[in-house]
Amino acid sequence: MIMCRRATELMSQRLDRPLRWSERISLRFHLSMCGACCQCNRQFELLHRAGDRFTSAPSAEEPSSSNQE
Amino acid sequence: MNNNEPDASGEIAQDRDAPSPDASLAGNQQDRMQRLAAVRPRLLSFARLHLRQNTAAEDAVQDALEAAIEKDASFSGRSGYETWVFGILKHKILDIMRAQKRQGLWQPLEDESDDDAIDRQFQQSGRWQKEARPSSWGEPEAVFENERFWKVFDACMIVLPDTQARVFSLRELMGLTTEQICRELAIKENNCWIILHRARLRLRSCIEQGWLTGEDA
Repeated sequence: MIMCRRATELMSQRLDRPLRWSERISLRFHLSMCGACCQCNRQFELLHRAGDRFTSAPSAEEPSSSNQE
Repeated sequence: MNNNEPDASGEIAQDRDAPSPDASLAGNQQDRMQRLAAVRPRLLSFARLHLRQNTAAEDAVQDALEAAIEKDASFSGRSGYETWVFGILKHKILDIMRAQKRQGLWQPLEDESDDDAIDRQFQQSGRWQKEARPSSWGEPEAVFENERFWKVFDACMIVLPDTQARVFSLRELMGLTTEQICRELAIKENNCWIILHRARLRLRSCIEQGWLTGEDA
């Protein structure tokens, strides 16, 4: 059972590398019970798109450089 | 060479009266110059986020604009023109960052030591501190379109520690992978993930304070 701090590490790393199966399960389980972490997760995802505002056209490198499941 | 810019402005339309190849070429170039002038502010705020210095950012943008004019003929028209210019600027910024690093202008990279600003967001147990619990920022699409949100974002980038800002902007604005960033900065990938985690937590906390306490909230 992971705590919020660890959950934020996983939701951050999820944007940079594929999570291991056990990490994905832990994160999903935590998010299903923690509203604050769900908000944090949404915020990280929004920050992850920050580059799009400059090159408003969909960025070609985005899908390959992000490792969202 | 793309002679059929889909969103060509009035300049091109006027050239239809004199459709000699030279005139339409000149029209295209003039159209491009206008588009460069229009995209310049965005290039500048992009460069500032990376270089954190007005003069360096202005120089990078100037170089990129000159290169765009010089290399005009090599614009294939496959990507959008603005995207192409941004690509040139990204290369310039990376060159400048590499040079800064070589010249020893960077603070040594922070190691894995603790970050108080992060520790303050969590209790000892690993739960959020009550006052640090993330709140909703509203509908993501609406937030994304909101200019004030990006003003808050830019302000928060400025107060981010140098290393965190540098790694975050390479990852999230430049779109490098963490592997590429590690190569650029000569750090371990694990360290890179730690830095990104801290940068994101600091940014979200700073943005939340500025965004939700603002007048539109």
